[in-house]
Amino acid sequence: MTTKSKEPVLVVLQLSGGNDYMNTVVPFADPHYYDNRPLLKVSEENVLKLDDEVGLHPSMKPLHEMYSNGDMAVLHGVGWEGSNRSHFRCMDIWHTADPDTFATEGWLGKATRQIDPHGENPVTTVNVGQGLPRALVADGVSVASVSDINAYGLLTSVEKAELRGQMLDRFAKMYAPANGRGPVSDYIAKTGMDALNGADQISVAPKAYKSDVEYASNAVAKRLRDVAMIHLSDIGSRILYTEYGGFDTHAAQGTSHPRLWGEVSTAIADFWDDLKAHDAADNVTMLVFSEFGRRVRENGGGTDHGAAGVAFAIGPQVQGGLFGEYPSMDSTKLVEGDLAPTMDFRGIYSTIIGDWMGLDDREVLPREFEKPAIFAN
Amino acid sequence: MPDHRDIALMAHLMRRAGFGATHDELDLLVAQGYEETLAQLLAPETQPDIDEALFFRYHPMAEYMHVSEHARTNWLFRMTNTKRPLQEKMVLFWHHVFATGVDKVESGHAMHTQISMFREHGMGNYRDLLVRLAQDPGMIYWLDNQDNHKRAPNENWGRELLELFSLGVGQYTEKDVYECARAFTGWTFVGKSRGIQLGQIPWQFEYRAEDHDETDKTFLGRTGNFGGEDIIDIVVRQPACARFIMRHLYSFFVEDEPEVPKWPNEPPKNPEAIDLLCQVFTDSDFEMEPVLRTLFSSDFFKEAEYKKVKNPAEVVVGALKLSGSFTGPDPSWGNLSTRPATMGQDILNPPSVEGWHTGGEWINSGALINRVNFVADHLRDTSNPGVDAMVRRIGNIGGSLTAAMFVERCLNELGLGTVDDETFQELVAQAELGGPIMYGTNGEFDKFSQRVGDMLALIAGTKEYQFG
Repeated sequence: MTTKSKEPVLVVLQLSGGNDYMNTVVPFADPHYYDNRPLLKVSEENVLKLDDEVGLHPSMKPLHEMYSNGDMAVLHGVGWEGSNRSHFRCMDIWHTADPDTFATEGWLGKATRQIDPHGENPVTTVNVGQGLPRALVADGVSVASVSDINAYGLLTSVEKAELRGQMLDRFAKMYAPANGRGPVSDYIAKTGMDALNGADQISVAPKAYKSDVEYASNAVAKRLRDVAMIHLSDIGSRILYTEYGGFDTHAAQGTSHPRLWGEVSTAIADFWDDLKAHDAADNVTMLVFSEFGRRVRENGGGTDHGAAGVAFAIGPQVQGGLFGEYPSMDSTKLVEGDLAPTMDFRGIYSTIIGDWMGLDDREVLPREFEKPAIFAN
Repeated sequence: MPDHRDIALMAHLMRRAGFGATHDELDLLVAQGYEETLAQLLAPETQPDIDEALFFRYHPMAEYMHVSEHARTNWLFRMTNTKRPLQEKMVLFWHHVFATGVDKVESGHAMHTQISMFREHGMGNYRDLLVRLAQDPGMIYWLDNQDNHKRAPNENWGRELLELFSLGVGQYTEKDVYECARAFTGWTFVGKSRGIQLGQIPWQFEYRAEDHDETDKTFLGRTGNFGGEDIIDIVVRQPACARFIMRHLYSFFVEDEPEVPKWPNEPPKNPEAIDLLCQVFTDSDFEMEPVLRTLFSSDFFKEAEYKKVKNPAEVVVGALKLSGSFTGPDPSWGNLSTRPATMGQDILNPPSVEGWHTGGEWINSGALINRVNFVADHLRDTSNPGVDAMVRRIGNIGGSLTAAMFVERCLNELGLGTVDDETFQELVAQAELGGPIMYGTNGEFDKFSQRVGDMLALIAGTKEYQFG
């Protein structure tokens, strides 16, 4: 790894709904693929080849370029043993890194606590989108959740600056610690304080942002642009999280899946162009994942919930290439019709937390996992 | 003048058993008394229904309910303007427990049908409600029961019926889940055709005898050729069922409980209250009305102020009711109906069949910002009829107020009881900043009016206001 002048930053893009692995990284050399996907198949001459056996879906041209430049790692067959095909449970397992119990703390919430143990910077970790993914939750950890970067702030519609200043000052005093009626009241007060402090920092981002990169108008492009804005504003954010949905392609996958990947690939490429144009890409790595892959055999227009999926790690510090093994599509190797995982997703977490972020991955994960060598050491 | 404590108690009842009430409404309710008010809440059929025709005239496309936005808009309009608030609150309660999401169901009409069913039957018999739920096409599709066949049982509905809708984890075996699923084979629906909007027919429950498994099942220790209704009859008689549903009810109406997955390991916050509710529930053969009567009549309810964080629907509807800004048909209802989602509660689209994480988990920085700003924006706008009414009541006699009196009256208008000393002192300090509070002349009154709006907005940002 090159010497880092700045602290490492992790950007996570969650693709919600269960992305179809087999039509994302197409195993074009395997006849099983064509047997199982008579309608949805992508033929060999159309795929964007990664090697002699697999290639990206033709809608993913910008990502293929990044792969060709050595900036993208393709992580094959990610998952865990005993997946139950539930969106919610599977996403929860990705978030908590714990398939065995109903854990409450998220892997990146724990990482945030390591980075900022006293919660001094409310924007160490920022979610761009609504709600707060469980991945970012941990006791005592402050995380900003920004649904609209231009309206992230209390009482933003109060026009008179003096009045607004007075009112925010009142909030700060009312949210002062340890005068509450109990833990929930204290938590609300703390969150209010984080919102006040974080808003001061976040509000800088859109004002300071100048870019020649024109992002598309879809939601994933907009969210990645907001992530870029926050990263470029240099407010000390180390973990930036966002999400894009619609991958639950039970029906009409032939039109929806290429559209989604067209949007996602372009948005990712624009994001990196933006960072590079600002000379701010070298300390960033991006993880792209989905809660599960889809059923091997198509259902007549779409695909149902499956098990093993694919993840991507992208960035200048990433060792590009193919990692792990494409799970076998041989019917005797399938688990109830699904691809069996060949890589535990927590191995990816382990290398990201330990090797990339320079944190203690054992504090985040229950045990050791085999790590894909996506970072050169 | 009614006592402030009576007003605060009535405000508490109307926030929990409904979506809040204006001060004018509270005055009338206090005058008729708590008992009478509760009797009205418990007998929604005695109150007028919403004028839905009027709503559809202004939202003509909504009548078809093709997309979820229509169903959501219709429901938000009802929450805000209903004269039967407890009925509407029970719809939200069952939507929390029987969480069904349009992201998968993909039919606004099917969602609307389910919500309407909760409205019609949600205060009735729980056993009957479970049967209707099992036959609700949206629920069948949500949990894949159309794929539950005699020769290939699908356990999704059977499992969630036991785990999330009646007993809770740990009260049944995997074998019970399988047997339960078999009993519901052949319970399917017709009418689903994706991608075709016009000409779509409403989904209808259908029982296919030829796809129903007629062999014996052994379920929770009993053996017989059970069908779905038999299973429900067995389930509701399990003591665990009463405890599970009553704990849900307590958590929704009285005091935030821990998240449901923790229930097997953490006792209820008020075990005696749960025991009492279970007794009434069981004695009445699972009628909801007597249970609700007991709950709202109890001291544990009356003493439960600040023990629940408002859910986003309560935040949004509460502010709309207080500000009186959306009492009639309005084209912006569709936009408003998406506002709870910005605070973490996408109505008709819960994150999972497990429903929303409630209580303190409603709060994160972005959600809190959106909560405070939404309420503050509505209460600062003194042209809203509800806010104007507040201004006139606060400045109704004399020509001036001390800062402390001014703050007390503003809190009172919003139905807040006591607030923390620190909170109160900061509100008073802000009130003092603007100089003496006078409203005797027209010029003074205009300035006074905006000061009320600003104070209400400041109160919207207190941590106390986040509680319901």
